[in-house]
Amino acid sequence: MFSLYVFILAVLVLMALFTIMTTSLLRAGLGLALTSAVLTVLMFILNTPLAAVFELSVCAGLIPVIFITVITLTKPLKKLEAEESAKEKFHRFRYLPLIVLFLFVLFVALNIKLNIALPNVEMEPDARQIIWNVRRMDLIGQVMVLLTGAFGILVLFREIRKR
Amino acid sequence: MAALFILLPLFLVMLLNLPLKKFMRPIVFWAILAVSCMQLIAVIFYFQEVSQQTLPILASVFNFPLAMDSLTRVMLVGIAMVTISSAMIANSLAGNVERRFNYLNILLIILGGMNGVVLVKDIFSLYVFLEITALSAFILIAFRRDRHSLEGAYKYIVFSSIATVLLLASIALLILFTGDTSFAALSTAIKGQGNQLVVFSIAIFIVGLMIKSGLMPFHGWLPDAYSTAPDSASLLLAGIVTKTVGVYPLIRIVYSVFGFSVPVNNILMFFGAASIVFGAFAALTQADLKRMLAYSSISQVGYIILSLGCGSLLGMAGAVFHIFNHAVFKSTLFANAAAIDSKVSSYDLENLGGLAQKMPVTGTVSALACLSVAGIPPLAGFWSKLIIILALWASNNYFYAVIAVLSSIVTLAYMLTLQRKVFFGKPDAKMQNVTEAKFSVLLPGIILACVMIAVSISFPFLLGTFIIPLKGI
Amino acid sequence: MIEFLWPTLIAVMLVFVIGLYCVLVTFNLIRLLIGLEIMIKAVTLLLILSGYVIGHPYLTQSMVITLIVIEVVVMVVAVGVVLNIYTHTGTLDTRSIRELKG
Repeated sequence: MFSLYVFILAVLVLMALFTIMTTSLLRAGLGLALTSAVLTVLMFILNTPLAAVFELSVCAGLIPVIFITVITLTKPLKKLEAEESAKEKFHRFRYLPLIVLFLFVLFVALNIKLNIALPNVEMEPDARQIIWNVRRMDLIGQVMVLLTGAFGILVLFREIRKR
Repeated sequence: MAALFILLPLFLVMLLNLPLKKFMRPIVFWAILAVSCMQLIAVIFYFQEVSQQTLPILASVFNFPLAMDSLTRVMLVGIAMVTISSAMIANSLAGNVERRFNYLNILLIILGGMNGVVLVKDIFSLYVFLEITALSAFILIAFRRDRHSLEGAYKYIVFSSIATVLLLASIALLILFTGDTSFAALSTAIKGQGNQLVVFSIAIFIVGLMIKSGLMPFHGWLPDAYSTAPDSASLLLAGIVTKTVGVYPLIRIVYSVFGFSVPVNNILMFFGAASIVFGAFAALTQADLKRMLAYSSISQVGYIILSLGCGSLLGMAGAVFHIFNHAVFKSTLFANAAAIDSKVSSYDLENLGGLAQKMPVTGTVSALACLSVAGIPPLAGFWSKLIIILALWASNNYFYAVIAVLSSIVTLAYMLTLQRKVFFGKPDAKMQNVTEAKFSVLLPGIILACVMIAVSISFPFLLGTFIIPLKGI
Repeated sequence: MIEFLWPTLIAVMLVFVIGLYCVLVTFNLIRLLIGLEIMIKAVTLLLILSGYVIGHPYLTQSMVITLIVIEVVVMVVAVGVVLNIYTHTGTLDTRSIRELKG
């Protein structure tokens, strides 16, 4: 179980790496969807099925569709241009392994120990439905966010009327 | 009853968007004015009833954990004042009826969002309302959809989202120590602990809030966003939004949750002082009116954070009073910029000049605001700066006190430059036909100037009722 | 259960650095948004991990659901801004919107 878990974590990191390093934007959008899918699997393993389903439907479905729509609207798929500049694209990522190595050395040097006394959380109720009663403020927040989003779409996506 | 501050704007927005469009269009502006004035009156005069009582109908459905104390009271007054000014300017200057309707609706939402930020007692709800405010601010900045506004909006989106991610990472790490996210539970679990993970999450949280408030190394979005937004949106942003989403959470969290400790104090004071100096010197060299005001905002927010970093209660009182003063005079300055723009359509400092004869009211109001920013004695800005410098001196930070005093001189310099270049001197050839702006655009400036004078005159009275209670937040 | 903590923390840190690097290095407006998305995924995983470690995943579940809703709306507004920038400048290069001297 543990080695399977570490393997899925490695797949997550590799998919994130693929998403940013790929040269075509469409593949980046697809990479985002796949990263979300792997994250969903992780969330299922970590006992949070509700959030996993939400993540799968929204972050692996809705957001990549938005991105792919925008990419298609703004860049006609010209393969020649993409391949021309593909040669030097990897040059930008030369610092990334250095940064990762530096962070790793920092971690080991500081000798960070996680001695956390786990808190006792008996104050929390058990069932999922009651959570929505405990955190009702967030529900109001979500309603306001959705209203704001509706107004944002109204304002930003309206066509510029040609006179 | 405090939940009404958040729920009332929300219900109004939902009500105003029902399909009865012909009735609803003219009502929006008066709805905003009504809600903001009710907020002002309720908070100033009926504070005890509002904070303690609950309406029985409301309590059965919406019992939210909301808290109102003196800090909240000051912020609510500031929010209401700046929203009124912004709504008045938007109503006179925005385009056709349709766009004005959308603008005022978003203004209602941002009012509800900011009220939510200052009222909640829970760190995750704080994040939710911060995001509501930031989202509405993105849309307001990009409202005119011209090229520069979109650039400012995009930079603000990127910086704000990075700050959001840092805040969330800090919340996630703090949950490891307590199972609950409310301020009380967090503070009992964290105060005084030297665990490395706690220190790391505190550091990340403070960095995230510094990005949101536009302090020195992370101010990259601020001048662009302030200068390219439409006038009433700039007023809202500079007057209250940056302080509500950046400075208020810092005060609340550092005071209630983390507690003042020496490293936190040093970080706050260092970055505050750096922002003061950088903002002041950068404002001297600007050629655009709104950019100069934006750098001045960076400088004044630096004063607030410097005062917060003292760690003493006098420092906190100075910081909160300066938040209020800055809301008033920066809104006045931006209201004047809106008045100038409505008649001249240019913000270029080299071309403006000699407007004092043409626009006398604007000139006088602007002169008052400039003197208040610079901290000239009878005006309100002097009192808050005095408290800040006294707090610094009393807690043995002599070096920072000297920096604050010297930067005051630079502040005076650029404010006088602004006043001279815009209002004094001889008018240009293009400026001959300029007349005074419309009364509805001048009105917010006049009201805010009256508030400024009222605060300056009644300062000893305020000291007893307004500022001393802040000590016992 | 607690042995899941360390490897997940390392993975979260790596994904966060990858996302941050993408935001800093790219010259494309949309790739920047994708980098922001990846950073938000790292923080989502960190939230879920915290809930799992303290043995009470329900609190963090509701937080993650709220976070996803907010993130979608932020992305929609950001995409709206990007589309409008494209209408004005005809390109998605970040170097084209560096007119203001930040």
